Amino acid sequence: MESQNTLRRTNALEVTGKNSAIERARFATRRVVNLIMAGLVGLAALLAVGLLLVILYYVVQRGFESFFVRADGTTGPFNFNFFTATPSEGGIGPAILGTLIVVGLGALIAIPVGVLAGVYLSEYGRGRFAFAVRFIADMLTGLPSIIVGVFVATLLVRNTFGHYSGLAGGIALAIIMAPIIARTVEEVLKLVPNALREASLALGVPQWKTIVKVVLPSAISGIITGVVLSIARAAGETAPLLLTILGIENYNGNNFIGRLNPMVPVGSLPTTIYTNAGYPPNEVFRISSAWGASLILITIILIFSLLARWATRGKKVR
Amino acid sequence: MQAQEEINTTTPVAGAVLAESAVKGKGMSVRNLNAYYGNYLAVKGVNMDMEPNKVTALIGPSGCGKSTLIRTLNRMHEVTPGSPRVEGEVSIDGQNIYAAGIDPVRVRRLIGMVFQKPNPFPTMSISENVLAGIKLNGGRIGRKEGLEIVEQSLRQAALWDEVKDRLSRSGASLSGGQQQRLCIARTIAVQPEIVLMDEPCSALDPIATLKIENLIEELKSQYTIVIVTHNMQQASRVSDYTAFMLATDGPGHLIEFGPTSQIFTKPTEKRTEDYITGRFG
Repeated sequence: MESQNTLRRTNALEVTGKNSAIERARFATRRVVNLIMAGLVGLAALLAVGLLLVILYYVVQRGFESFFVRADGTTGPFNFNFFTATPSEGGIGPAILGTLIVVGLGALIAIPVGVLAGVYLSEYGRGRFAFAVRFIADMLTGLPSIIVGVFVATLLVRNTFGHYSGLAGGIALAIIMAPIIARTVEEVLKLVPNALREASLALGVPQWKTIVKVVLPSAISGIITGVVLSIARAAGETAPLLLTILGIENYNGNNFIGRLNPMVPVGSLPTTIYTNAGYPPNEVFRISSAWGASLILITIILIFSLLARWATRGKKVR
Repeated sequence: MQAQEEINTTTPVAGAVLAESAVKGKGMSVRNLNAYYGNYLAVKGVNMDMEPNKVTALIGPSGCGKSTLIRTLNRMHEVTPGSPRVEGEVSIDGQNIYAAGIDPVRVRRLIGMVFQKPNPFPTMSISENVLAGIKLNGGRIGRKEGLEIVEQSLRQAALWDEVKDRLSRSGASLSGGQQQRLCIARTIAVQPEIVLMDEPCSALDPIATLKIENLIEELKSQYTIVIVTHNMQQASRVSDYTAFMLATDGPGHLIEFGPTSQIFTKPTEKRTEDYITGRFG
């Protein structure tokens, strides 16, 4: 019985009869087409990843070189001043501090608003209002960042504060970050099985406590990923900062506390890259510090991602 | 009025302290109950009484409203999606749980529920799972008292011997049958009066099912139990009373309700007989 079956199967696969030549030709064509297409998609993948690697390599190489350049354009031993001093002393310290201030303020505003909005959309949002919130959040995610910049510049810089400031930049970045966080948080909370919510509710746990103690902890790594993504996106924004923080090159004051003042113009890494990359090639320090600022910006984002990974490591009980 | 008192003042911790006080479990009565999803009437006109310290089984084909009905008994119906709504009365000791001013959260502390798929909290250990109902409700318990509740609840759920050496492991590390017994332990740790079980064995293998069935037999000395099941043999094995539901002609409703022995040997309704003899459904 079994051998008969095997026999029949072999026969079914064998191409016989008057159309056998055509069948074989089709099979051969299909094999060639398959090979070509597989090669094409592989090439496209290589191109995409390859380009990224080339950019990364170039930024790391040129950026690292810039750490040895002095303010007068000469090269010497590793220039530790690069990370702390002002440009006239061969550094971009104010820009680094400025980015930390502006992104920090942005995150401080956007994380609570974004996470709570995400909780609303996932846990409470029903009907037209939730639909509108979701739709507008999606629109905001795709809004060109320069428009956010113009908006904040008009509303705050011109008409409220009357001058450029780190806070205005932070608010502009928060407007960019909050919808990203809200939508990511909504999506990860929706992935938490409903069975867990029901289990908690059926134990007589109120809904808010169910959300805080059961739903959010189950989704914590996804929430942190969303926050980090939004920080990475905001840290690289240039256009809104150009219009809101002015991008000064010096510190505000001589002590650390004074330098943290968010109500005065500050610098930032993206605006530093923009300004310095525009100098003529003979301004060696300017050009090289644009690369240095790029490397530092990438490193800051990388450190953020690693910290997020570290913060959520092994949170699950075995 | 006494039940009102009960619903308003019983805290899980106080309940846990009273755990050793022998027989408890309260009866429940359902009057003219209609359950809706929006405008869709899913369960219509149910009247039945659950005797204290007895097991009542709800049987019937898929979609007849058994699960909807059992979820109305501890106000879990209203947290399902689809604008759910309930009319009629469900009473414990004469107190309607749907009366104005009754907090559904307190109702659920009094009437626990075990679900179809085991759902231990994945971020919590075995002992944390057992204590979840107490801890999440803000109850403050000492370490020693906590351990006592964990042991006692796991013993009652016939799980203690299997997990006593790994209480700090994740609840998700257990097998399906063990997870379901962990969920039962979690439910009885808050010392409810009534335990509702919505097809508690349908995701389990026959041996795990047998363990849960034996457990139900044990538990009924302390709790009133209502169980939804697809499995008629199970209903006949574990229950004292059986309710048969159908939704073939309109919304789901009760066809017949009575002592299990009578329902399975001489049902008064032709449709009940057809169903339990396997002629349809």
